[in-house]
Amino acid sequence: MTELHWLPETSDWRIRLKTIAGGQGSTWDNAVALGGSRINFVLTNALDETLRRIMSGPPEGLSTKPVRLAVLGSSTLTHLLPALRVAGLRRGIWIDTYENAYGQYLQELSDPDSALSQFRPTAILLALDAHYLTAGITAAMDESAAEAALAEVVERIRSSWRLARESLRCPVLHQTTLPIHPLILGGNEDRVPGSRAAFLARLNTRVRTMAEDEGVDILAIDDRAARDGLRAWYDPGLWHRSKQEISHTAAPMYGDLVGRWVAAKQGRSFKCLVLDLDNTLWGGVIGDDGMDGIELGQGSPLGEAYVAFQDYARELSRRGVILAVCSKNDELNALEPFEKHPEMVLRRGDIASFVANWSDKAANIRAIAEELNIGLDSLVFVDDNPFERNLVRQELPMVAVPEVSDDPADFPAALADAGYFEGLVVTEEDRERTGQYQGNKAREALKTSATDLAGYLRGLEMQLITKRFDRVGLQRIVQLINKSNQFNLTTRRYTDEAVIDLMADPDAFGLQLRLLDRFGDNGVIAIVIGRLQPNKDLLIDTWLMSCRVLGRQVEPTTLNLVAVAAEKLGARRLIGEYIPTKKNSMVKDHYVRLGFTVTETDASGGSRAVLDLGCFRPAETFIHVTETD
Amino acid sequence: MADEAEIYPALTTIFHDVFLRDDLTLTPELTAKDVPGWDSFKQIEIIMASEEAWKIRFTTRELDALRCVGDLVRTIAAKTGAG
Repeated sequence: MTELHWLPETSDWRIRLKTIAGGQGSTWDNAVALGGSRINFVLTNALDETLRRIMSGPPEGLSTKPVRLAVLGSSTLTHLLPALRVAGLRRGIWIDTYENAYGQYLQELSDPDSALSQFRPTAILLALDAHYLTAGITAAMDESAAEAALAEVVERIRSSWRLARESLRCPVLHQTTLPIHPLILGGNEDRVPGSRAAFLARLNTRVRTMAEDEGVDILAIDDRAARDGLRAWYDPGLWHRSKQEISHTAAPMYGDLVGRWVAAKQGRSFKCLVLDLDNTLWGGVIGDDGMDGIELGQGSPLGEAYVAFQDYARELSRRGVILAVCSKNDELNALEPFEKHPEMVLRRGDIASFVANWSDKAANIRAIAEELNIGLDSLVFVDDNPFERNLVRQELPMVAVPEVSDDPADFPAALADAGYFEGLVVTEEDRERTGQYQGNKAREALKTSATDLAGYLRGLEMQLITKRFDRVGLQRIVQLINKSNQFNLTTRRYTDEAVIDLMADPDAFGLQLRLLDRFGDNGVIAIVIGRLQPNKDLLIDTWLMSCRVLGRQVEPTTLNLVAVAAEKLGARRLIGEYIPTKKNSMVKDHYVRLGFTVTETDASGGSRAVLDLGCFRPAETFIHVTETD
Repeated sequence: MADEAEIYPALTTIFHDVFLRDDLTLTPELTAKDVPGWDSFKQIEIIMASEEAWKIRFTTRELDALRCVGDLVRTIAAKTGAG
């Protein structure tokens, strides 16, 4: 099935749709909320049509970036477009869509004056259908003919990607192919070189490898169809009738898969999994049943199901998802299984923030976000108890709360199907993240014990390693630029291509700063981009920092480095800009704190500030700087 | 299971959701020409929403034979065993 089963059901959607149609309240917020409930394809279309009748563009002050998504394909895709837009809506992102004229995707990509170019897309989805890609492929082919045909199709795809990236400067999402062809040999289908089914399987493998090399991302509908059943995605009758490869009923799921990518590109994937304990990580209530009484581990199917869920959570954490615990329990009771139960997969060290008390869960989830210094809108909360789920949804609508059944065997799929943690790359920092947050807690402990701040900072033995932008660091640089919201002076987003352009620009510099201390490596924690202006002012285009390292003198130390880099370019003054967003008020006075003088302010609260490099005296800090260029 | 009289109210709801209006009254004679916006896409939406609602699957022949709402209702009734 292709149902969005992790979203809560709504029984009153017709009334809510009328509220939106009537323009009562905030149309956008109401539409986002309705988009976040379990809706089928009919309601998805109805919601999209209703919203578009009232709003022709994104609401003012939207903190997300509107997207102009061109969907390029070889068959009919029109029926999927509303679901793409609604999947954006679900994530608070305004998406406009474009579909190429039937069968004309390659011509439009090649023509600088095409309707596609005029649409000015900011992202491209290449959705080629299985019939198109296997045209001419037949079992009559020998191995070399089949291989030549495959190479030709692969090359056509590669040149489409390059056209999209080079002429339209767009990131590309490439849709894998559904395995729609019936088998002609059977289990050993691969032994027929010209088998269409085998051809597509080989094509999907090649495309995945090539995508990584070319910097293209994959929309894995082949994987999704394998999970949902091909019949839920592809209806041969529909293909014969109207050349639609993907069924209407699968449109909401299809749209959501694309929405995840759009959000991930903007750094809006979720970052942290918050777990309840009793009847979520083990069966029973630890406070009542005790260590011997809870169901966990080998010996009972239920106990094994909890182990499997814990294992899935640990796998997520090993690739960068932060884990937290939020439980109504006495803390000592809650901790005991993590420390002593032999069947526990998750250990205390896997949990970056552990909150067990009797306060309400919404308050505790707020505390977790604060402790970890991440936004509430990056948290996913899993709880078996529908009361707690609804309370958190009501109090904290920005926190994702998946619907789960009371069967722990379903938990991993409920979480995985929702795609909250959609990622595009895994960096070294991702792999080490929980360790970093753990290190943070050790630092906090030292701070509490140190009597003075200077003593604390000195005791940290901090080392800042500064490097110019380089290819090795590219993934992390782009990830930070696109997901940092709070400590971010200008919130300018950069694509891979734009960062590569910047590296080649002689009048600009990009600094990546890594912070080490006695508790470990914090990874790359700050990015600064400077651009020399014709009047010899150095404009600080971007300055962002991970909130994990606040209060550790990284800012003045960074300014010292910016001044040096600016002087190398011949700059006489530094110009700092503050562009306010919903999330970055913490850096409103950043430049004033560093000794800049404000020269301009605007009505929205933005400002420009100047620092004369002639009179600048580098700050002395407890951070030792190492340059590695 | 569902006789024709029982099918009309549920099918009316489907039509209202698909066409975003609640003033449509379904009659056996109603055809695509009578409803603004009833194009081939909407036709497929109605079919698929009906398949979902009654947990049935129309065959290609059945779909080709549909000329009016009455045909659709008779087919649903036949497939759900009430025809």
